[in-house]
Amino acid sequence: MAANNFKHALFCAVITLIIAYPILGFNLEAQGVDITLSGADTFTLVMVALAALAVFAFQLFREQIMGAIASVPTPVPSAPREPMNENKRARIESWVLTGILVLALFWPFFVSRGAVDLATLVLIYIMLALGLNVVVGLAGLLDLGYVAFYAVGAYTFALLSQYIGISFWLALPLGALLAALFGLVLGFPVLRLRGDYLAIVTLGFGEIIRILLNNWTNLTGGPNGIGGIPEPTLFGMEFGRRVKEEGNTSFHETFGIAYASEHKVIFLYLIALVLAVLTALVIRRLMRMPVGRAWEALREDEIAARSLGLSRTAVKLSAFTIGAFFAGFAGTVFASKQGFISPESFVFLESAIILAIVVLGGMGSQLGVILAAIAVTILPELAREFSEYRMLIFGAAMVLMMVWRPQGLMPMRRIHIELKRQG
Amino acid sequence: MLEVQNLSMRFGGLLAVDQVSLDVQEREIVSIIGPNGAGKTTVFNCLSGFYKPTGGKILFEGKEVQGKPDYKISRLGMVRTFQHVRLFSHMTVVENLLVAQHRHLNNNLISGLLKTPDYRAREQKSLDRAAYWLERVGLMDLANREAGNLAYGQQRRLEIARCMVTEPKLLMLDEPAAGLNPAETRDLNRLIVSLKEDYNVSVVLIEHDMSLVMDISDRINVINQGRPLASGTPEEIRQNDDVIKAYLGEA
Repeated sequence: MAANNFKHALFCAVITLIIAYPILGFNLEAQGVDITLSGADTFTLVMVALAALAVFAFQLFREQIMGAIASVPTPVPSAPREPMNENKRARIESWVLTGILVLALFWPFFVSRGAVDLATLVLIYIMLALGLNVVVGLAGLLDLGYVAFYAVGAYTFALLSQYIGISFWLALPLGALLAALFGLVLGFPVLRLRGDYLAIVTLGFGEIIRILLNNWTNLTGGPNGIGGIPEPTLFGMEFGRRVKEEGNTSFHETFGIAYASEHKVIFLYLIALVLAVLTALVIRRLMRMPVGRAWEALREDEIAARSLGLSRTAVKLSAFTIGAFFAGFAGTVFASKQGFISPESFVFLESAIILAIVVLGGMGSQLGVILAAIAVTILPELAREFSEYRMLIFGAAMVLMMVWRPQGLMPMRRIHIELKRQG
Repeated sequence: MLEVQNLSMRFGGLLAVDQVSLDVQEREIVSIIGPNGAGKTTVFNCLSGFYKPTGGKILFEGKEVQGKPDYKISRLGMVRTFQHVRLFSHMTVVENLLVAQHRHLNNNLISGLLKTPDYRAREQKSLDRAAYWLERVGLMDLANREAGNLAYGQQRRLEIARCMVTEPKLLMLDEPAAGLNPAETRDLNRLIVSLKEDYNVSVVLIEHDMSLVMDISDRINVINQGRPLASGTPEEIRQNDDVIKAYLGEA
């Protein structure tokens, strides 16, 4: 046993060295046009050796260490608690949610501009994740190209404002509807596929949209992107220092207050907040409607669902289309927030992050997905000091999550349906 | 009400069902029996639209239904259960029954989002129907449990209830007694007879439990190696030499 442990520990340490040494031990440095290879300083090398030693020690005494950890009493009791009264829990939940919402409404007036900007981004991710939650969490269709619909929404607004000059409020429904149309059109051929195959095709679709945007230079400006996307207006009032469009007035002049660049940011935040809440409410209703139940039924057992008269195509298409619709929504807001978009914003990594949010939050669970969206967007910002290790920390957090809570932060809870006894 | 003429199903070189004919009248329980691998479930799969039969006709209430998609056949009123229970196991018992009533509900997204009176009325009606059938099969107290957590016998009953809330005219049961103990089988026996007598449903039954088959069937069709072997009343089948040979081998 001990010899076995020793061999395993040695093996792990060597692997650590093999992986860490080439990555950290060499530096590529540009000298003029040439790139030269130089060794890292002694400190780094010592750290690599120490890391290998640490891995060796941990693997050698793994059982003892794990035993020690397990014997420490956990603060969270693992025994199932008495389930709370259904009504009481619903009441508490609705109070908590109202509180959070009120807080979210007034909070931006007291914090920095950067924080509000970040919060807007969080809200956009919440919208995206809630939309993808319909497709992946409820309907069980693994969509790896979700970002394509986000791109369609954003580019719809960008292109229409550039060529026709439409406003944010008109672009919002248009972007969402066009994204939904894309979802519908893509859905038709691919929904016969299942599981891995569907994932690959949607992945391809996401890439096609990005590559198309990148290469159709005449229309989309290619990698240069599209700039000058207008900000939302409030009943014809603009938030800039000077009015850009004829007939509009400016917000600060109308109300006779001093111009402040925060107004614009806060206004965008509030719009995103309203839209995110709207998204959450609509999807929450949908989940309790026949269509929501049909999504889940098809995910649970497709054959049984069909034998009960559910049309596979119609049900899957509706999930795909509705998911795409909300991505289009989010895309329009994103375009307006940034004022500039390029295909760079719609790479596969975005799809992966949104999917990670859904999985981390707990598939099908709205509250979980919202919490995960907040965590996943804010954590990398907080970890900014670690710069290049951000993704490493992110990855480690995901792995730990999957080990300790594979069902996600807050797994979906089934709603309780009261039945009248039939006399 | 159901008439099957010369049904054939070929998978490549294998003729799984060969010229099988049967008919089911209103309020009748017709059983299909035969040794394992005889093609009984394949017949069911053809009837319910999961397979497109390669030959023959299936007439339901005088209309040809062969080759129609499964969900359309189900909406016509021909609903089946499965040899291995297929519930939506992560959904609750009530939700299982509500999904089955999908086509009776108001599926308009807008009216659902706004909770129009028509939407509420239909939702309430489907809840009442679900409650009725839960009471009927004795699962009322488990209504908000996840279906996958029920005991096997309860899952079987839930599956039948789930078919019944769709208000079918013809119910196809694929080995409903498999895995049940004798007491549960007796309950099932009573339930199936009551479906016929009280709810005017015709039943096609695939079953290996001979006492159940002989007890409740009005007529029996025997299939062996995909071909029809005999058909008639339970009494006739019991005495049929071919059937005895197929089941017991040559004496």
